[in-house]
Amino acid sequence: MEIFETIRGIICEQLEIEDEETITMETSIMDDLEADSLDAVEVMMDIEDEFDIEIPDEDAEEFKNIADIVKYIEEKIA
Amino acid sequence: MILKEKNALVTGGSRGIGRATAIELSKEGANVIITYNSNEEKAKEVIKEVEKNGVKGLAIKADVSSEEDVKSMMKTIKSQFDSIDVLVNNAGVTKDNLLIRMKSEDWDKVINTNLKGVYLCTKAVVRGMMKKRHGKIVNIASVVGISGNAGQGNYSASKAGVIGFTKSIAKELGSRGINVNGVAPGFVETDMTEVLSEDIKEQSLKLIPLNRFAKPEDIANVVVFLCSEKANYITGQIINVDGGMLM
Repeated sequence: MEIFETIRGIICEQLEIEDEETITMETSIMDDLEADSLDAVEVMMDIEDEFDIEIPDEDAEEFKNIADIVKYIEEKIA
Repeated sequence: MILKEKNALVTGGSRGIGRATAIELSKEGANVIITYNSNEEKAKEVIKEVEKNGVKGLAIKADVSSEEDVKSMMKTIKSQFDSIDVLVNNAGVTKDNLLIRMKSEDWDKVINTNLKGVYLCTKAVVRGMMKKRHGKIVNIASVVGISGNAGQGNYSASKAGVIGFTKSIAKELGSRGINVNGVAPGFVETDMTEVLSEDIKEQSLKLIPLNRFAKPEDIANVVVFLCSEKANYITGQIINVDGGMLM
């Protein structure tokens, strides 16, 4: 849950979303939040910094929603 | 002063256009960081000049074509400055020769410093600018990047590359409030042109409607303008500052 909240915080800041509740595990950054490719890259880079991990582009391309990102991070930092 | 409290990074700032740009930026209130490759003494002199204008100055030795050098440069900058608001990619070299005599090391040297250096330094500062939704990048190109010049296949290719890069990155970063422009100088009185023969200088002068070579300050003035809020609606442009040589 903590990982999800951190990611949600990063996304809200990057995309200037005020209501955190609009973001759930099922949210897709690009499809649901109208983010462009540069937004998505910036979110990924902030996540990399926050969790001190590296997310290769080919991995990032597989993420369909935030649940995928959470799962990915859980596996990386485990 | 149009750049008060901004932090500006000028690569290749120890002489020529870079030196003039560093000093002119400081006159407008910007703190100035310069990089230099070999001449520490000259770099320190520039910093002295910069500090006379009541701003902070710092000289860092760095080879802009080295990823490692650029990384350590950014570390040093981050330890002393908040972030970079203005980047002037100026560092450049020439290794002129006719194609059939051009060694591949002379090709690599020029492309690496003039083009890869612009990529590395821009990439290094751009994230901070993206976060702040604000930034100004000015790349020093050259009119020969547009017109070509016999004996400068490597140099003109590198500068044409800088022009393409400028336009692409302007498109990428426009939505983040970052302006990316280029200045294309013509014949400027610097160490780079000092080595040319009197014959070539005389011939070149005939091609310049304003009938004189540029002083480094002529170029620096345009760079400063592009770095300021006055140029907020200009991006992806290459401004020729060449006395009318190329129209």
